[in-house]
Amino acid sequence: MIWLIHVLNGIAIGMLLFLLAAGMSLIYGLMKILNLTHGSFYLVGGYIGLTVMQRTGSFVLALLAAAAVIGVAGAVIERFFLRRFHFDELPQTLITFGFLFIFADASLWIWGGDPLMLRQPRMLAGSLPLGDYGYPYYRFFLIGVGLAFAAALWWFQEHTRLGTMLRAGVDDAEIARALGINVSLLFTLVFAAGAAFAALGGVLAGPVLSYYPGADFDALILAFVVVIVGGLGSLRGALAGALLVGLLDDFGKAFFPQFALFTVFVPMALILVVRPTGLFGRR
Amino acid sequence: MIALAVDNLSKNFGGVAALAGVSLEIGVGERRVLLGPNGAGKTTLFHAISGTVLPSSGRIGLFGHDITRLRADRRARLGLARTFQITNLFPRLTVLDSVLLAVGGADGRPLEPLRPMWSYRRRYDQAHVLLEQWGLAATARRIVRNLSYGEQRQLELVLALAGEPRLLLLDEPTAGLSPAETARVVEMVQRLPREMTILMIEHDMDVAFELADRIAVMHQGRLIAEGGEAEIRADPRVSEIYLGSE
Amino acid sequence: MKPRIEVLAACAVVLVLLLVLPDVVRPYYVGLATKMLIFALFAMSLDLLLGYTGLASLGHAAFFGTAAYTIALLTLRGGVTSWVAFPTSLAVATVTGGLVAVLALRARGSYFLMITFALAQVVWSVAFGWRSLTNGDDGMPGVPRPDFGWSLDGATPFYYFTLAVFAVAALLLAAIVSSPFGYALRGIRDSETRMQALGYDVWRYQFVAFVLAAAFAGLAGALYAYLNRFVSPDDLHVIQSAEALIMVILGGAGTLFGPAIGAALIVFLEDYVSSMTEHWLMVLGAIYVLVTLFAPRGLVGLVTTHLRERSGP
Repeated sequence: MIWLIHVLNGIAIGMLLFLLAAGMSLIYGLMKILNLTHGSFYLVGGYIGLTVMQRTGSFVLALLAAAAVIGVAGAVIERFFLRRFHFDELPQTLITFGFLFIFADASLWIWGGDPLMLRQPRMLAGSLPLGDYGYPYYRFFLIGVGLAFAAALWWFQEHTRLGTMLRAGVDDAEIARALGINVSLLFTLVFAAGAAFAALGGVLAGPVLSYYPGADFDALILAFVVVIVGGLGSLRGALAGALLVGLLDDFGKAFFPQFALFTVFVPMALILVVRPTGLFGRR
Repeated sequence: MIALAVDNLSKNFGGVAALAGVSLEIGVGERRVLLGPNGAGKTTLFHAISGTVLPSSGRIGLFGHDITRLRADRRARLGLARTFQITNLFPRLTVLDSVLLAVGGADGRPLEPLRPMWSYRRRYDQAHVLLEQWGLAATARRIVRNLSYGEQRQLELVLALAGEPRLLLLDEPTAGLSPAETARVVEMVQRLPREMTILMIEHDMDVAFELADRIAVMHQGRLIAEGGEAEIRADPRVSEIYLGSE
Repeated sequence: MKPRIEVLAACAVVLVLLLVLPDVVRPYYVGLATKMLIFALFAMSLDLLLGYTGLASLGHAAFFGTAAYTIALLTLRGGVTSWVAFPTSLAVATVTGGLVAVLALRARGSYFLMITFALAQVVWSVAFGWRSLTNGDDGMPGVPRPDFGWSLDGATPFYYFTLAVFAVAALLLAAIVSSPFGYALRGIRDSETRMQALGYDVWRYQFVAFVLAAAFAGLAGALYAYLNRFVSPDDLHVIQSAEALIMVILGGAGTLFGPAIGAALIVFLEDYVSSMTEHWLMVLGAIYVLVTLFAPRGLVGLVTTHLRERSGP
């Protein structure tokens, strides 16, 4: 029975990772931007959700507020800072990294250095008895949300014109514009959406993980591992990678707590040796 | 003696057959031109010969060596050189530095990390001679990305020649050039030593007929005609793909 | 290209200034200058990878910190002399560099960046998590100054020691960069496929460049451990790698001494800003953004572009 608990944990964490990695993969697939601020979007989104929850007691409001604020922040960053560096790796790296530092310092300033946790929404409190243990309903909720999100994204990619474009990757802005697509707006929207997904992940993670200075780096690294394993620019890869990493992370923490990162990184290294662009990656 | 032997070469990309069973043989010193409409597979064939792309099946022999799966730099060291259809130079280096690199490349020397470059007098001399010979001496200190398109195409050629290759692959050397610049390139190619084997992709029929000993025509990944100028001009299949499709 | 006489003259002037520095400034600044030299070396080592070979690594601190920890572990736990510890730390950094290179060079561009980041964090996680070996977050204090026969305990003697090591390392780097190997690296930076077509074994060059960069970074790390008499996981953290990156960009990638200037500036700014506010991280982040937006080729880049444009094609 304990195995089932760990598997469920792994999947739940995997779903959070998927929310994070999907945004990163989407942004990369379209704009070739490796967004290093992504971990900050996750953490600050979580902090914002926490504050809203503390003031209003509403989980839904917390989710909406975090997504909105971070979405706007993402749009601003893309529009005013990253716009001219599309497809130019080093400047993007530096700018998104700069924002990572700025957000990190600002959140330390505003929310302090102690680990904080989000209270579980009352509706989802309680647990399902599984053998000798009780498994929290909230984690089932996470798994459900993750699956719904994956399904929604998949449908969007396959069945809308916008989705097809995202899938193909807009390599030639001129042609895209000729087809009547407002490329600039598209880029800003996708970046904002990716940021919002990360923020939602941050809020959803609250009852399960805690918010602390450095969680942004930790989240970023795990997101990296997910896209390295699954492949940049592929949603299927993000899901596969996220589940794999979630399971490895959970088992690692349970059985080798001091070297938890190793159980995640060793498979990553192996995949790198065999398929440097990830399981489902394309150049 | 055979310089290049391509044997039943095929390359598939996803479901598309870019090359379908291409075979040809080029003798040492021959000038062969590859003609064919866009998408015929000419550049793919070049990529397979130069090592940029690995074929799905078939064999390639260079001066008797099987190079089918050999790494690109090893092929260069066996005497193969190429120019690229889309100019592939060193944008931030000077013309002189680019040629110095080209001169130092083909002999596969060890890494030489400590002696300064300016002490290698022989390389500098070789580089200056090359630049002089091919009319780029005045641009030696200029940065490559500041050169005109025509000058860049010339440099493409000079880089390929620097290693004194035995087989030279020219990928559309006159693409995008003015008539005067085209004539220059034709003259450059005609000046090349007769022992050098040349395989060239060309779109300009006049240039092709002027430079070629023999012509090979490709269409949809296949070699459909081969021969001298008269045979090709008379071949109905060739006129069909060039005139019929227009 | 023989170095211009102006460049050699400038170097001579700087060297003289550095030599008389301890007589001219307060003792505190001697320590700061030592730190500047160490980070100048660290940044120059990264520039070999970034500015010359075109490989942007976010994990360079791994080699810096590994050497630092090797010094600490060998001298504090192993009771080994400096004659052994110092070279060993370089060897460890170099070997680590080789291992990371083998994995990271399987990829390019964004993947390369992520992989170097991730692998460096693995190393960090070992330093952080293996408390019985490294004391984890508390770090390892009490690292003695090197003992090569005369005392380096004072700020000034250690400064001269660092200056000497820096000068030798800088000369080596200058030699590497102006050799055919260095030229080849730049060719690879500009076009891997072109270099391949010219007959160069690109992977071998990149591998050697990576290992050399790791070795010089290790040298800087060892000096840092001696300077602070202390090592901690922060020496290995990605923030350290990122700081090195901005030092290179600020000074000018691919200009050999630009990164040294960038490093000196960042070390100075950090010292100055930290004395006024706790929010150095935010300021650093702002510097990143501003430098990238307004001086993408760095300060030295701005100057050389000016000079080149004035002297004509």
